[in-house]
Amino acid sequence: MNNFSYTPAATAKEAIGIRKDKKDAAYIAGGTTLLDLMKANVEQHPQLVDINMLPFKGIQETTDGLRIGSMERMSDVGENALVVQQYPVISEALLLSASPQLRNMASIGGNLLQRTRCGYFRDPAFPCNKRNPGSGCPAQQGDNRNLAILGTSEACIATNPGDLAVALVALDAVVTLENAKGKQRRVPLLDFHLLPGTTPQRETVIEPDELIVAVTVPAAAHARKSHYVKVRDRASYAFALVSAAVGLDVQGGQIRSARIALGGVGTKPWRAQEAEKLLIGKPATEENFRAAAAAAVRGAQPREHNRFKVEMVQKTVVQALQELMA
Amino acid sequence: MSQDLFPADSAATPPEDGSRRSFIKQAGGILGLALAPPLLSQAERLTAFSKTVEGVTSMTLKVNGTARTLQAEPRVSLLDALRENLDLTGTKKGCDHGQCGACTVLVDGKRINSCLTLAVMNQGKEITTIEGLAKGEELHPMQAAFLKHDGFQCGYCTPGQIMSGVACVQEGHAKTDDQTREWMSGNLCRCGAYPNIVAAVREVAGKA
Repeated sequence: MNNFSYTPAATAKEAIGIRKDKKDAAYIAGGTTLLDLMKANVEQHPQLVDINMLPFKGIQETTDGLRIGSMERMSDVGENALVVQQYPVISEALLLSASPQLRNMASIGGNLLQRTRCGYFRDPAFPCNKRNPGSGCPAQQGDNRNLAILGTSEACIATNPGDLAVALVALDAVVTLENAKGKQRRVPLLDFHLLPGTTPQRETVIEPDELIVAVTVPAAAHARKSHYVKVRDRASYAFALVSAAVGLDVQGGQIRSARIALGGVGTKPWRAQEAEKLLIGKPATEENFRAAAAAAVRGAQPREHNRFKVEMVQKTVVQALQELMA
Repeated sequence: MSQDLFPADSAATPPEDGSRRSFIKQAGGILGLALAPPLLSQAERLTAFSKTVEGVTSMTLKVNGTARTLQAEPRVSLLDALRENLDLTGTKKGCDHGQCGACTVLVDGKRINSCLTLAVMNQGKEITTIEGLAKGEELHPMQAAFLKHDGFQCGYCTPGQIMSGVACVQEGHAKTDDQTREWMSGNLCRCGAYPNIVAAVREVAGKA
């Protein structure tokens, strides 16, 4: 790990001000992604700005939903009674993430910014368009078992990791950002992460002078009845091979609204809106779930080692919807 | 701090810090007391520390109830500070990337991976390591349970397992064997002592 200076920021203005002037400085909250990548020499920063004392706290019920401060920890949100009862998919996704130790450390804001687990990205010995733009993507022809089948490009097929963002994107979450002038803007999580295209180094719309302040989630029937299923190589403490976040509002035997998002398969948290549309007005049957799941992977471009994900993620969607209705 | 980790019903002997392992701790403690900052509010801590730290500087960590000062760069992890600067080598370095749990310690009562946090960030917090669990010669119930159930083979992951086990029980996440396995999954054991580790954690949970 390169040496760096360390500045504990007392205010958001101070934190953002430092990063505005020194764009290769980094914020540190939980540190679980940042220090991991710095130790691996994937990231180098001359200065770390500690934002743990910023007041972006609170897990609150608002007039139209849920507001989570960006500095809340994954463990606290995952076991929060309001989240457990009204937004179970968020709680489940969080508690199936990482380990209890990491969840005690990692912040919600940091979690949304965590970087891919692509082995080529994480090893500076290899070329990587995300880490070193223009250097190439060995994953296209290399070991791509864990990589994406949706939203890929010639430049990058890295999977967006993590579970929380999948649950949040399913529930139409909105990210609130604040800049150096103290001005806030709200970005739907659906538009927050970017497809790799020809610029895989740019992963989100967040500007260098912006900080994540909070995430808000609208209350909805499909949020109250929601569920997360994660499939891993081992029973716990592993990144998803595939995962599904689902929510349904079923009234009088008919689906009134549906939410489906996929993890482990997309270059960004993958919302399957075409699949959702297929379910509207229909009964919650396995046949309809299968049709929706098939629509969710339409256009998938698997590589040599990740073809299994095309079928596995469909089965995971069906399983999640069936468990939700059970 | 260490006595708070004992279940409420365990014999409340005062922490006689006279064990053989604590010579260094004691020596550090005498020095530490003199330098120990008073308990600071968050606002006070901000004023005290809100400045850029560069190169080797002096920092104070409160470990197992004792304030200890050390000289280190900001890039030094809490794990390395404990092991290399404070000679508290009970906490182990396994993967150094938050994947194995060998470095688990408690910070303000919560279990964390000490390899993925900076020492400089943990000033003013209550840090508890494996060395802080026993009351003198009396083992913490989790330590005793690991001995009784043979919850280890090579022993390298054991301090992390025990720290995680203590937290797991305190959190109320060891009500069943399945729950224990899930909430202990951040601690890997390459020897595969898992059945005995679960038995040890469940026994302590049953008594808590």
